[in-house]
Amino acid sequence: MQSGIFHSTYQADMALRRTHAEKIRMVLFLLFMAAFPFVADRYYLTLANQVGIATIGAIGLNILTGYTGQISLGQGGFMAVGAYTAGLLTARLGMPWYVSTLAACLATAAIGALFGIPSLRLKGLYLAIATLAAQEIILWVVTHWKTLTGGVDALVVPNPTLFGLQINTDFRFYWVIWLLAGVSALTTVNLFRTHYGRAFIAIRDQDIAAEVMGINLFRYKLLAFAISSFWVGMAGALTAHYRNIVTWERFTVDISVLYLAMVIIGGLGSVSGSFFGAAFMTLLPAFLTNLGRALKSTFPFVDTIIPFVQQAVFGLVIILFLIFEPEGLRKIWKDIKDYFRLWPFSY
Amino acid sequence: MLRGFTHQLNSSTLNPGDLQLSVEHLTLSFGGVMALLNISLELYQSEILAIIGPNGAGKTSLLNCISGLYHPQEGHIYYHADDGKQHEITTLRPYHIAKLGIARSFQNIELFRHMSVLNNLMAGAHIHMRSDLFSSLIYWGKAQREQIEFRCFVEDIIDLLEIESIREKQVGELAYGLQKRVELGRALAMKPAILLLDEPMAGMNTEEKEDMARFILDVNEEHGVTIVLIEHDMGVVMDISDRIVVLNFGQKIGEGTPDEVRQNPQVIQAYLGEDQRAFTRK
Repeated sequence: MQSGIFHSTYQADMALRRTHAEKIRMVLFLLFMAAFPFVADRYYLTLANQVGIATIGAIGLNILTGYTGQISLGQGGFMAVGAYTAGLLTARLGMPWYVSTLAACLATAAIGALFGIPSLRLKGLYLAIATLAAQEIILWVVTHWKTLTGGVDALVVPNPTLFGLQINTDFRFYWVIWLLAGVSALTTVNLFRTHYGRAFIAIRDQDIAAEVMGINLFRYKLLAFAISSFWVGMAGALTAHYRNIVTWERFTVDISVLYLAMVIIGGLGSVSGSFFGAAFMTLLPAFLTNLGRALKSTFPFVDTIIPFVQQAVFGLVIILFLIFEPEGLRKIWKDIKDYFRLWPFSY
Repeated sequence: MLRGFTHQLNSSTLNPGDLQLSVEHLTLSFGGVMALLNISLELYQSEILAIIGPNGAGKTSLLNCISGLYHPQEGHIYYHADDGKQHEITTLRPYHIAKLGIARSFQNIELFRHMSVLNNLMAGAHIHMRSDLFSSLIYWGKAQREQIEFRCFVEDIIDLLEIESIREKQVGELAYGLQKRVELGRALAMKPAILLLDEPMAGMNTEEKEDMARFILDVNEEHGVTIVLIEHDMGVVMDISDRIVVLNFGQKIGEGTPDEVRQNPQVIQAYLGEDQRAFTRK
C-alpha cells in the first residue's frame, strides 16, 4: 500500500513511467508482444496485424479529434491518400516500400493540412461536414483520375522486401507493423509532454484563451492536421503493402466512422486508448463471427442473421459505451489499476 | 517553506515609471452600441492601474482591445518595448500581442479544463519554449532539458500562489477560488511585462480576496510587474492600486490616485449615485 508517489528530481517526476509497477507492466507488455508471433497461429497473427494498422490510424485520428478537438470525418480519405501514394510509388516506380511509405506519410500530411485550412473558421459539427467533404473529394479523385490510380480497378502492390528478405507472411509483417505502431505511440506520447502537445489540448479546451497565451491557432491547427494525417497516411500505406492490393472500397466514409468510434470507445485524447479502441473494434467483429460459427451447429438459422446481428451489436456497444463509460476503455483500465494499487484498502 | 524565488517573472526591463503602454483616442462600437468612446490612457512600468466603472461601462472591452481580441474602429494602442521601440498593437492578432509580453486573465475562468494545474501553467509558458518539433517528438536532449527547466520555473509560481497540494489535479475539478488562482498563475507563467486581470476576485469570499490581493501585491512589488486590474470591490481597489481610471458608458470620466478619484464629483455622481459611503469607508 503506497501513500503517494515521491520523486526527488523533476526528470523522474516527468518520466513516462513513474512507478515500478508501471515499468514492470510495460516490460511485461513488450515481452508479450515479442513472444506473441511465435506462439500464435496465422489467424491470430492476421488479427494482430490488423489491430496494429488500426492502432496507427487511431493514434493519428486521436491527435486531431481527441487531443486537438477537431472532429474529422476525413479519416478514410486520408488513408486512401496514403494507400494510393504508397501503392503507386511502389507498383509504378518500383520504389522500396519504406521510401514509398515515408513519401505516403508526407503526402498525406500535406493533403491533411490542406483540408485543415477550413478549421480556422469552422468548429464542431461544421468542421465535421467540411472534413466529410474532404473524404468525398479524395475518393472522387481516386475513382475518376483513371490514368493515375486506375479508377475503380484494384491496384496491385508487390510484396515489400527488407534486407533482401521478402516480407510476405503475417509473421514478418507483424514486426514491421508493430515496430511502426510503437514508434507512433512513443512519439505521440512525447509530443504531448512538450509545448506542441499542450498547445493542441489548449486549443481543444479553450481556443480564445489559447490564442491569448500566445498560441497561433492557425499554425497549430494545421500542424495538428499534418501530424495526424502523417500517421493516418502510414496506416493507409501499410494497408496497401499488407493487402497487396488497393481498392477505393476500403476507404469509404464507413471507415471514417469506424475510426471515430474506435477513438471514442478507446478514449479520446489518449494514446493507450487508441490502442484499446483499435483492438476492440477489430476483434469484436471477429469474435462475433466465431461465435456465430460456434452456434451454427446448435442453431442453424444463426448463419443467416449473423451479418445483421454483427451490425446491431456494433451499434449497441457504441451506445452502451457512450452511456456508461464516456471516457472509454482507457478509463476502465485506469479504474482497474487504481483498484489494485489501493487494494485491499480502497479508500 | 518557501524556496528562494530563482526566476525572473517580469520580462520587461524598463525602469519603474517608464511609459509602457499608451492608448490613444480608442473608439469601439458594435453596430450602434458604443462600447468605447475616445478613450486615452497611459500605463507606466511597475504600477497597479485599476479600471473601475458600472457594469457595461466598457472595462472588459478595453482589455479585449489591448489583448487583441477586439479591434477598435478608431484610435491606436502602442506598446513600448525594452529596446525603446514602439510597437503599434492595435491591429495585431492576440498571439502576437502575447509574444510581446502582455498576459491576461479572464472574467469567466477560461482555463484548459482537462489539463492538470501543472500543465496549465506550463501551457502559460508556451511563448518561451523553443524546442523544435522533431526533438519534441523524440523528447531527447534539448526538448527534455527545456521542459525540466520550465518545470523549475513553474514550481516557483506554484510556491508563490501556494497551490503546491493541487499541482497534479485537473483544473476542472477545482473549487472556483482555486481556479481563479490557477488562472493568475497561468498568466504569470508568460513572464508578463504587463498583466491584465479581469475581475480576479469576483465571486470570492473575504479570505480568498485577501489572498488574491496579497498575490497581486507580491507580483507587483517583488517582481515589478505592471498590472491592470478590473475590480468591483472598492475596498480592494482603493487599497492596492496606484492609479484608477473610471469608465462610464464607454467614456473616461475620471483618472487619478485613489484619493483624487474618491473626491472626483463626476465619478461619485456617475458611479455611485448620491451615496458616498463606499468611497469614504476607512
